[in-house]
Amino acid sequence: MINKVVESAMTAVADVRSGSTILVGGFGEAGSPATLLQALIEQGATDLTMVSNNVGYDDYGLAALIARGRVRKMICAFPNYAAGIAFRNRYLAGQIELELVPQGTLVERMRAAGAGLGGFFTPTGAETELSAGKETRVIDGVVQVLERPLKGDYALIRGKVADRWGNLTYWRAQRNFNPIMAMAATTTIAEVSEIVPLGAIDPDVIITPGPFIHRVTVCPRYNPT
Amino acid sequence: MEKRRLTKEEIALCIAREISEGACVNLGIGIPTLVARYLAGEREVMVHSENGIIGMGPPAAPDEVDLDIVDAGKRPVTLVKGAAIIDHATSFALVRGGHLDLAVLGALQVSEHGDIANWRIPGDAVPGVGGAMDLCAGAKRLVVAMTHTDRGGEPKIVAECTYPLTARRKVCTIYTDLAVIDVGPDGLHLREIAPGWTAGELRQLTGAPLHVEEPVPVIALHGGAVS
Repeated sequence: MINKVVESAMTAVADVRSGSTILVGGFGEAGSPATLLQALIEQGATDLTMVSNNVGYDDYGLAALIARGRVRKMICAFPNYAAGIAFRNRYLAGQIELELVPQGTLVERMRAAGAGLGGFFTPTGAETELSAGKETRVIDGVVQVLERPLKGDYALIRGKVADRWGNLTYWRAQRNFNPIMAMAATTTIAEVSEIVPLGAIDPDVIITPGPFIHRVTVCPRYNPT
Repeated sequence: MEKRRLTKEEIALCIAREISEGACVNLGIGIPTLVARYLAGEREVMVHSENGIIGMGPPAAPDEVDLDIVDAGKRPVTLVKGAAIIDHATSFALVRGGHLDLAVLGALQVSEHGDIANWRIPGDAVPGVGGAMDLCAGAKRLVVAMTHTDRGGEPKIVAECTYPLTARRKVCTIYTDLAVIDVGPDGLHLREIAPGWTAGELRQLTGAPLHVEEPVPVIALHGGAVS
């Protein structure tokens, strides 16, 4: 019997090793796997490379992990906002590396990894400092930049409803990076609001199918206050 | 005619006028966000948000807040009837793939060639790019909404951008508090000017040559509610 359901967020992240690359879903707090991130803080892995659109808020979730010095490198699109203070402090102190990637390129690099592709050419960032040193080619008259796949050892994602096969649905714009990151990691762990019996999710509404999901656990939406 | 600069709302209104029924548009942060106010009513326009919303509605009232429905600035918003939710890869396929009719963005500088710099302020300790480069590279039409000069009174329309570039040769039209300027293959063309200003005065505040055909039409500020 296939059963990807694990009892807790702590159990779900127990084997994460120091030095791992971890893809973290969400756009701001929408669709962020906040409970898995809290569990990762307790779990203790360090020297991590984290891939996420943002760098967390205040002192919880991804921001708390960064504040505790557990993140070696951040790969993201948008780290500069007031509540990203944990990242800012570490970055200014030279204690964390930043790879800044345009948002569409960030997600497409993970899609390429998940789809088994060796990369892609994109017009995004051509002739800017973010493409400095990268191979370019003129395709159909447009300067395009070679971007390489971005794969995770783990992906931590948030969904709405799952079943024991790992089939997933999402609520509204919680979806964002989550289905793409689910494809792009060796081990994908999903936290969801609800687990339902097999067959209870209409096959037409499943967004991420079971083969992309390795572990799933029920977590209420994490609320820091 | 009273000589004055346009308000941010009036700049937004001017841009809203060029958006046609059925268009799929992305509105950046700042003045571009205000454009949405002037789209309601007569036309059906699909507003795209990078995080996977097509059919984004107005900001959410306190009793409507759903933390999983936010705009590109992470503020709670609403969905209109007909809205669709997509994943991030599909959202940026829409942007890069030529399916976005118009992107309206703010800018630090625009050059006479249509180069745009809007992602990194020199001196900002932490850089951030978000979706700006994707939108500039991919939108079918890119227009900029900004003040004509910076806080120090220096021109933001320049011969060559000195700030880090977001994209080259992409800006089609610049809407400022003083003028509407089209970017052509031969440089900048003054389309309309703010009430009471002359082309000569505008040239003083513009860092690149302007093609001017007199008489220059004054930006019409009636024919749409400006609140």
